[in-house]
Amino acid sequence: MFVLGTTTIILFSIGGEGIGADVLSGMLWVVIFFSSMSGLSRTFVSEEERGTSLTLQLMATPAAVLGGKLLFNIVLASGLNAFVVILYFLLIAEFVLKTYSIFVLTIVMGSIGLAAAATIIAAIISKANTKGTLFPVLSLPILLPLLIAVIKLTSMAVEGVAFEEAMDEFQFLVAYIVVMVTVSYLLFDYIWKD
Amino acid sequence: MTITLEALDLKKVFERRTIFRNISFLMSEGQSLVVTGRNGSGKSTLLKILAHVLTPTEGSVKIFSGLHNLSHSSHLHIGFVAPYLTLYEEFSGKENLQFALAVRGLAQDAALIDRLLDRFSLGGFKHAPARVFSSGMKQRLKFAFALVHRPPVLLLDEPMANLDTDGINQVRELMTEHRKDGVLVVATNDISDAVIPDFVVDLNVSR
Repeated sequence: MFVLGTTTIILFSIGGEGIGADVLSGMLWVVIFFSSMSGLSRTFVSEEERGTSLTLQLMATPAAVLGGKLLFNIVLASGLNAFVVILYFLLIAEFVLKTYSIFVLTIVMGSIGLAAAATIIAAIISKANTKGTLFPVLSLPILLPLLIAVIKLTSMAVEGVAFEEAMDEFQFLVAYIVVMVTVSYLLFDYIWKD
Repeated sequence: MTITLEALDLKKVFERRTIFRNISFLMSEGQSLVVTGRNGSGKSTLLKILAHVLTPTEGSVKIFSGLHNLSHSSHLHIGFVAPYLTLYEEFSGKENLQFALAVRGLAQDAALIDRLLDRFSLGGFKHAPARVFSSGMKQRLKFAFALVHRPPVLLLDEPMANLDTDGINQVRELMTEHRKDGVLVVATNDISDAVIPDFVVDLNVSR
């Protein structure tokens, strides 16, 4: 509903005006960011709310729990982002792609990056009292470098830039994902066991 | 191989308050320990540290099989029961036990699951979701859940909570049995709840 609501609001607000590739790309990722925030934070919070965190701790190693939750978040983020993109294409006629390969890879890597960062942040906030508000507050600075890179790549896909010219940005995305997964793996043991 | 549980100089501090300190012991198969102390003395905290689900401020807990350290796979070697443990309410008793084996990567053992549910008088309710269980039935299910992977170390926090006379007798029988070939740790306010222990840790004197 959030995705449908925000996309409809964007559709009405742009009206018949000609909007640039940068703005349309930015708006796409604004919808993706906020819809992800509402879904990805639930991974660990739901365990805390149901009281099953301790049960899970007793059954699996921290690395296995992190791996499982990360995989779930990647699948959730990929599905959610695919839905957002399809809806965006259907409703925003001005959003026309010229380099599909850049766009597809951006969505795939953006989903993995979002899921990797959101998983460890979700683990941190699940131990806090103000879970709902803390998640976007902690997420924004951590996700900002990722969002800047994916917005730039989406603009490149709209403008029709050659795939080779986007390699620097993709290398940054790979580095971001590797850093996030490594840091999560190193920190998770301490977070999970208080 | 003989299983041993080693606690070395354990100390836990919560928000500058020292809960306990200098707790050390070494237990082998066939031995039991009772953790006692007044409310808030840290019995549950100590059991969670022994279960490797809480990190001590200082000290360490290790499980050995002979000289081989099993602490990295503690989830395969420890069974834990506590009133504050919550099982998956949407799953039936049987599904909870199947899930416990699956998450640990162990083979499903339908005969063992049925035996455990029968042992704790839940055989007639094995397909009912755990959310419809009474608090006593949930406590019985936790015992089955703690035993399904055949752990050599059994940690029981207030094991008699919510149980009726039959349940209490079943748990007494379990403690006597497990003590023969495993390591048993019981945290309780009432020392008569436990089998006669080999060691006692009194947390009233461990601050």
